[in-house]
Amino acid sequence: MKLVIGIVRPEQANDVLEALYRADVRGLSLSRVQGHGGELDRVETYRGTTVKMELAEKVRFEIAVSDEFVQPTIDALCEGGRTGEVGDGKIFVVPLEHVVRIRTGELDHGAVTPVEGP
Amino acid sequence: MSALFAAAGRVDTGDTAWMLVATALVLMMTPALGLFYAGLVRAKNTLNTFMMSVGAIAIATVAWAAIGYSLAFDTGNGFIGGLHFAFLNDVAFAPRPGTTIPQLLFFAYEATFCIITTALVSGAVVERMRFGAFMLFAALWSILVFSVLAHWVWGGGWLQEHGTLDFAGGVPVEMASGFSALAAALVVRSRKDYGRQALLPHNAVYVLLGAGLLWFGWFGFNGGSGYSTGHPGVLAFTNTLLCPACTLVVWFLLDLWRGGRITAVGAATAIIVGCVGITPAAGFISPAWAMVLGAVAAVPSYFVIVYRTRTRVDETLDVLAAHGVAGFTGILFIGFFAQVAWNGVSDGLVYGNAKQLGWQAIAAAVAPVYAFAMTYVILRVIGWLMPLRVTEKQEALGMDVVQHGEEAYASGEGAILVAPEADGEKPVPVAQP
Repeated sequence: MKLVIGIVRPEQANDVLEALYRADVRGLSLSRVQGHGGELDRVETYRGTTVKMELAEKVRFEIAVSDEFVQPTIDALCEGGRTGEVGDGKIFVVPLEHVVRIRTGELDHGAVTPVEGP
Repeated sequence: MSALFAAAGRVDTGDTAWMLVATALVLMMTPALGLFYAGLVRAKNTLNTFMMSVGAIAIATVAWAAIGYSLAFDTGNGFIGGLHFAFLNDVAFAPRPGTTIPQLLFFAYEATFCIITTALVSGAVVERMRFGAFMLFAALWSILVFSVLAHWVWGGGWLQEHGTLDFAGGVPVEMASGFSALAAALVVRSRKDYGRQALLPHNAVYVLLGAGLLWFGWFGFNGGSGYSTGHPGVLAFTNTLLCPACTLVVWFLLDLWRGGRITAVGAATAIIVGCVGITPAAGFISPAWAMVLGAVAAVPSYFVIVYRTRTRVDETLDVLAAHGVAGFTGILFIGFFAQVAWNGVSDGLVYGNAKQLGWQAIAAAVAPVYAFAMTYVILRVIGWLMPLRVTEKQEALGMDVVQHGEEAYASGEGAILVAPEADGEKPVPVAQP
């Protein structure tokens, strides 16, 4: 089991969701974060106060998957998130010690496998 | 139209006082519209959407003072006015012929109509049209569409000559903006995400607040269009309360029937539709018929919105449904239910005057065609001179950052202060929070 963390542009988030859905990856969390990855700074001016925006809005996906789903998840994040410009984001894959599904108490592999049907 | 009853050649203090207030009320409608529109778009386009209304105040006012007012309200031919009043020539304290208010005030009052009508069209092209291109469009549109149509119904043009009734702007404001919006949406084309993603209003409270302020301002818009405190103004004022309230009730019922729940964004839309519906008819129909008009006007606009969102036409904020269609309904309604007993001018078909309906129908047919065609041509010409829209990448980033270098909801986190060097060279960072 791995935890796949994908940080992407907010405007690509919908494309990523679509790609993940097509790859049959169903369980995920999403949060809005601010980050900086070497892209050019935006300059904004408010009533004569000029600022350089060092941090850009990003969206962070967290997806816990069983081993056979790691590659499809990474592919989906790349496919949905890529524009080719600096600032497209990063994917981190980290090992996962334990997963518990709160409702049933299922552990690990059972807990990251989506429930079939309603 | 109260012009007909007013004593000529005399300025009335009461009328002037009311018209000064009414002018300020109508000017407020444009920022209110900006708020209404800003709430309906995504957060990253808030400022740009609002700025299109603010920009319209700037551009349309200058164009109106330079030439628009003269083309609308100077005696000319049936199609367009002359140039006598260009650059405010001879526009001063003498009463505007046919009214009891100074022409200078009449000019300012009508300027606010030109402003808001120009701003209305922006609803069709928000979230992708370049700000500069829209400003150029605003200048040309306010002169070539608004002024011309205002001349037709108010400035002694051919529709007014034949007796078409339009109290506060069903033709030059509502149908003009609505059908121009359709043309603009077709030329500028859809947002890149339209039909692919859910594009939701980012702040429904702005939408409700904007609609509420628009309604408030509309009392000056309709109530002032009699140019006096006389009967037409009072009738129009009260009808502006009654008609939108009935539209709201019917809209609630339609929402319940279609979706099982009464929606806030729907209610805001209903307020606009009701105010638009009564605009042409405000001083011509009885309060009872105004309530009927409010109820009737809800239906076509509601279903045009439902239908439009299923098409590929990204007329983004439904200016056609809310303004074009409701204005059309109002203009035709006069033809049926105008009543001499209430307006002192003319009866409609129901009260035995079929001719009135005929001229209302002609106005309802010709004005949309003119507005649509002229807008189409203006935008094609501008599109030939400069790009009409931002690139797809910029559209994804958001119009606020791309067009204005600002954000509506800037957090300030990660913002580094930049002090420009004295000679205006490249900025250097001086402090980090």
